[in-house]
Amino acid sequence: MTTRYPGLIESHLFSRDVIAEIQRAATEGIYDIRGGGAKRYVPHFDDLVFLGASMSRYPLEGYRERCDTNVVLGTRYASRPIELKIPITVAGMSFGALSAQAKEALGRGASAVGTSTTTGDGGMTAEERESSKTLVYQVLPSRYGMNPDDLRRADAIEVVLGQGAKPGGGGMLLGQKISPRVAAMRDLPPNIDQRSACRHPDWTGPDDLEIKLRELREITDWEKPIYIKVGASRTYYDTTLAVKAGADVIVVDGMQGGTAATQNVFIEHVGIPTLAALRQAVEALTELDMHRKVQLIVSGGIRTGADVAKALAMGADAVSIGIAALIALGDNSPGLDDEYQKIGTRAGFYDDWQAGQDPAGITTQNAELAQRLDPVLGGRRLANYLRTLTMEAQIIARACGKSHVHNLEPEDLVALTIEAAAMAGVPLAGTKWIPGHGL
Amino acid sequence: MAGTQSTSPVRTVDLKVATVRELNQALHELAEDGAETDWKILNAAGNHALAVGINARCRVEIMGHVGYYCAGMNKYATLTINGNAATGLAENMMSGLVRLRGDASQSAGATGRGGLLVIEGNAAARCGISLKGLDIVVKGSVGHMSAFMAQRGRMVICGDAGSALGDSLYETQLFVKGKVVDLGADCIEKEMRAEHVEAVEALLAKAGINERAQAFRRYGSARKLYHFNIDHADAY
Ligand SMILES: Cc1cc2nc3c(=O)[nH]c(=O)nc-3n(C[C@H](O)[C@H](O)[C@H](O)COP(=O)(O)O)c2cc1C
Repeated sequence: MTTRYPGLIESHLFSRDVIAEIQRAATEGIYDIRGGGAKRYVPHFDDLVFLGASMSRYPLEGYRERCDTNVVLGTRYASRPIELKIPITVAGMSFGALSAQAKEALGRGASAVGTSTTTGDGGMTAEERESSKTLVYQVLPSRYGMNPDDLRRADAIEVVLGQGAKPGGGGMLLGQKISPRVAAMRDLPPNIDQRSACRHPDWTGPDDLEIKLRELREITDWEKPIYIKVGASRTYYDTTLAVKAGADVIVVDGMQGGTAATQNVFIEHVGIPTLAALRQAVEALTELDMHRKVQLIVSGGIRTGADVAKALAMGADAVSIGIAALIALGDNSPGLDDEYQKIGTRAGFYDDWQAGQDPAGITTQNAELAQRLDPVLGGRRLANYLRTLTMEAQIIARACGKSHVHNLEPEDLVALTIEAAAMAGVPLAGTKWIPGHGL
Repeated sequence: MAGTQSTSPVRTVDLKVATVRELNQALHELAEDGAETDWKILNAAGNHALAVGINARCRVEIMGHVGYYCAGMNKYATLTINGNAATGLAENMMSGLVRLRGDASQSAGATGRGGLLVIEGNAAARCGISLKGLDIVVKGSVGHMSAFMAQRGRMVICGDAGSALGDSLYETQLFVKGKVVDLGADCIEKEMRAEHVEAVEALLAKAGINERAQAFRRYGSARKLYHFNIDHADAY
């Protein structure tokens, strides 16, 4: 590797970053905890491009001809499926990890554009129920705050088995974020380092899960769609088993997916990329003749309308966003650079969401900091961003001749790298070659 | 609903005739602030999700063995089960009283948040796992990993406890009369003071179980895992 110092050669194995981490570990004696998702490069939607219409395909007129974006989730068993105007939902992020104001802002933004938002590991707050027209209630291993009233108040239920950032791991909320309100909602003492369970307490394995889902349906009179969320690892099998267990909707979260607080080693080294997981989930659903009957939501690294369009083209019914929604609210804002520097970071790099010192007032329980986020303004910013994503996806869909974003299909995509071609199951651009599919 | 007799003040639902869905729907139609009603469920026959999500004051007597999650998320109601129960009995119950005359399978009372669960037989592994405020009284013994990560509430065990009792315990108080195979991480024996004897006495009385409160030993959290400390890494 080249460096600023002529003649000095940086090691690839022991780069300065690696050296710094070894030195940090030797000093502190504990692993690095942070928020966010995998930072290193893995094959992603950027490695795919669309084949716009030309001779053999007929494009649609931008901004004139219709290109619909609505999606219905939960048509398999629920008597009240949810209907969203756009196929982009806001992912589950806990009150505790986020301030009450941030949760409210997410609800406002999502509701303004006709989509759903999701609770998280910490229960449902009144603010978010109030501000969210369509709210998905998570049933997590910790069961913090779980109660039948919130279950009945919810529009859909999401049983969380794992997250892409940490498949196989439980949650973590450090003492500085366990305010009296957070502690009371979770039935925990304030200020302790809290580690939430990684296994559900009352079922083990897919056969039990099927019975658990039936209980949740019975409690809510079979009205609400039930999602099963898995972190991407053995996604083909997890999807198959989630269908068997009776899910209405499957949520697959890839390794790039964000977290509020997890060990860096876990985020970077456990789980598979969103691209690979998405293809496996669609394959499993198709083989079971359940594609589009059990809806598929995909998350983990969705940033642009192009990402949305590519996920839908590969067979997702909707996508979900976490980190991008926080950025839209104001996370990592350049205007706060001075304050980021005071806590040893810079705007554009801040990921110590576990620490509770967020200058933007989003990932904190400090009342003074949290007050900085105006939920109305935050909601408006999120709505702007969601509208932009939707329009971008429509632009691509029209260029491919589709009158609904769901009409995008794998046939519209090619890959720029062999790795992405293999993972996504689409041909390498300019060839007919899909690695793993013979010639 | 088929299988319902409503001429007597006790509504009888025979699950040979009615479905579980019909039973739960009828129970859900009871008003939260309505007058207390009496129910008798015949031929439970191991059905899952019986009498779940009740949100009203009523007395429900169930005849026969019940499947998974019987009385799950119960609020206000008093349930008596004349049989054994499969996994997750009264999981996440909020209030009221659930009494099991027989033995309970795994995860009885899991994550329960309030009320009282009485198990007159034995309970299998993970009884009171992740407990959040419910009180559990077990006349017999409990299996391994009971009270795992339990946060609030109390457990009174008149028999023995299996291995790793109270592993990663938060603030749940555990009282055991018999032998404890071993304690889980961060669970320690604590002094049984007068206030604890009184609490156990009151719980036994509420449960209708005749035992001497003084004969119980108390276990609780050492609170050493509350803050990550590298010197305790071998306990994780
Ligand atoms: C601050 C934060 C908190 C989160 N909390 C939860 C949670 O409580 N439950 C959960 O299932 N996922 C949680 N997640 C993961 C998200 O639901 C979602 O899977 C992920 O953010 C999607 O990837 P993306 O961030 O790349 O969009 C959290 C993510 C973030 C960034």
